[in-house]
Amino acid sequence: MRYIPHSPEEQAALLSAVGVRSVDELFATVPKEVLLREPPDLPPPASEIEVRRAMGEMASRNANLSEWTSLLGGGLYAHHTPAFVPQLLSRGEFLTAYTPYQPEVSQGTLTAIWEFQSHVAILTEMDVANASMYEGASAFVEAVLMAERLTKKRSKVVVSKGIHPEYRRCLRTYLANFPFTIVEVPVGEGGATDAAALAKAVDDTTFAVAVQSPNVLGVVESWRTAADAAHANGALAVGVVNEMFSLALLKGPGAEGIDIAAGEAASFGVPPSFGGPLVGFLACRDAMKRQIPGRLVGRTTDANGKTAFCLTLSTREQHIRREKATSNICTNQGLFALAATMTISILGKQGLRETALQCLSKAEYLKAGVRAIPGPFSVAFSGRTFNEFAIRCGPAVEEVLHRCEEKKILGGIPMKRLAPGEAGWDDLLLVAVTERTPRAGLDGFLDVLRSF
Amino acid sequence: MTAYPDDRRYTKSHEWIRVDGGVATVGISDHAQKELGEVVFVDLPEVGEIFNAQEEFGTIESVKAVSELFLPVAGEIVEVNKVLADEPAAVNEDPHGDGWLVKIKVSSDVEVDELMNAVDYEKFIEEEARKA
Repeated sequence: MRYIPHSPEEQAALLSAVGVRSVDELFATVPKEVLLREPPDLPPPASEIEVRRAMGEMASRNANLSEWTSLLGGGLYAHHTPAFVPQLLSRGEFLTAYTPYQPEVSQGTLTAIWEFQSHVAILTEMDVANASMYEGASAFVEAVLMAERLTKKRSKVVVSKGIHPEYRRCLRTYLANFPFTIVEVPVGEGGATDAAALAKAVDDTTFAVAVQSPNVLGVVESWRTAADAAHANGALAVGVVNEMFSLALLKGPGAEGIDIAAGEAASFGVPPSFGGPLVGFLACRDAMKRQIPGRLVGRTTDANGKTAFCLTLSTREQHIRREKATSNICTNQGLFALAATMTISILGKQGLRETALQCLSKAEYLKAGVRAIPGPFSVAFSGRTFNEFAIRCGPAVEEVLHRCEEKKILGGIPMKRLAPGEAGWDDLLLVAVTERTPRAGLDGFLDVLRSF
Repeated sequence: MTAYPDDRRYTKSHEWIRVDGGVATVGISDHAQKELGEVVFVDLPEVGEIFNAQEEFGTIESVKAVSELFLPVAGEIVEVNKVLADEPAAVNEDPHGDGWLVKIKVSSDVEVDELMNAVDYEKFIEEEARKA
């Protein structure tokens, strides 16, 4: 579907049809005090040439990821987006279509959503995935709420502190007015969730046990440990993933006992930008599909026996059964789900694996480099990692980052900014690599560490 | 029109209940299944769960809508119709027989006697149709 703006003639025809003379008259009921009294404080109009020059100058002050080396991760990873992805996304049929779910006009979009669902289900090794969520944090919360609906009459959710702190904050916001308790379990010495503390925190009032892998410290968790702790008490296990490339090498949460997987799929074709917009996902076991939030596209056959796609199971959704709806989510992140689908499709099984191996190898190279430095830096945790790990710093983390910036390196995320006040994390620097990170940048970062 | 069997009682929310000793079988009426249309899923409680009279004990999903199921009288679930998990259409095909939903242990027969009999229920449906 295309978005077609109206001409002045059409505007006049529309206004006369409703019986008003001007657009101002149409909006006469808008209170005067909320209207803009004078134009915003902007420079005077300029020519296209002048505007381009001014904007170019402003843009050059950004730390551009094509020139700088970025070790920023923490839930968002700057992977390569193949050039054809933004090119195709910019087509009007995709870019300006709103709620493109009508099967009679949107077979292309519905097919792409169905493919997205299939990719997510395959990667997570779950039975069913939905049409996507807005981003990882709310997808995680929806997974927890789903577990509550499925278990009934239970009141506690046990959450690993290895889950991204912003995801956990989002959970607290959502649950603030529910009669539920959130119990947070610390990570152990190896950097993974403390298994004994987790098992101890779960009881027969628990509806969900949630862990993230790789976790916020980059450490790969055991899905099985969390699933066993949950199932031993009749609870469900929620698995969070926010670096989807890890699933090209690691077992999917569905293969290791997790009941509901949720998280961030932006690693596939969506740039980190300024922290968003992003694209979340949610997948679960077949028996739970009626409690999935949001949209679900199904494959069927039309009246002529041809393959066709349409929304399915929509009777449980908000637009039909508002007071009993499974959640408030009644749309999806269509454009970025499409970007993810395109990226996964062009990489293919082999490409996903090769990309993931590059990420892993570069991270191990950097890790070995840190370990080889005799100075005041160490790899903080012994647990297995994928493309991200934490460095314990003797010198102030800010000083390390400052020296990196002088060499056009964004040297990582201070854990005290990501998780303020978390005991033992204040001197940690979280570094991540992707297939885009150049070796020269990694060596430059190690040179900075050696300079202390 | 299907004759409503007179071996059971009916509710205003269109469930039926038939007591047989201490155990009662509960289903939805022929009228209810016609209104719902093709049933595609029935969400039933676990054995052992206890409900009050008129409390929601499950949901029934048709191609048109999802509706709540209300227990005609208070009781404990002793059996659920497992056939419905694979063949929800049994509710359409035989609502008063094979399409039953749950069996409950009834705490008192008095509550059941207070519900409508077949004649009253048919009148109730006619009245509802007139009002609509």
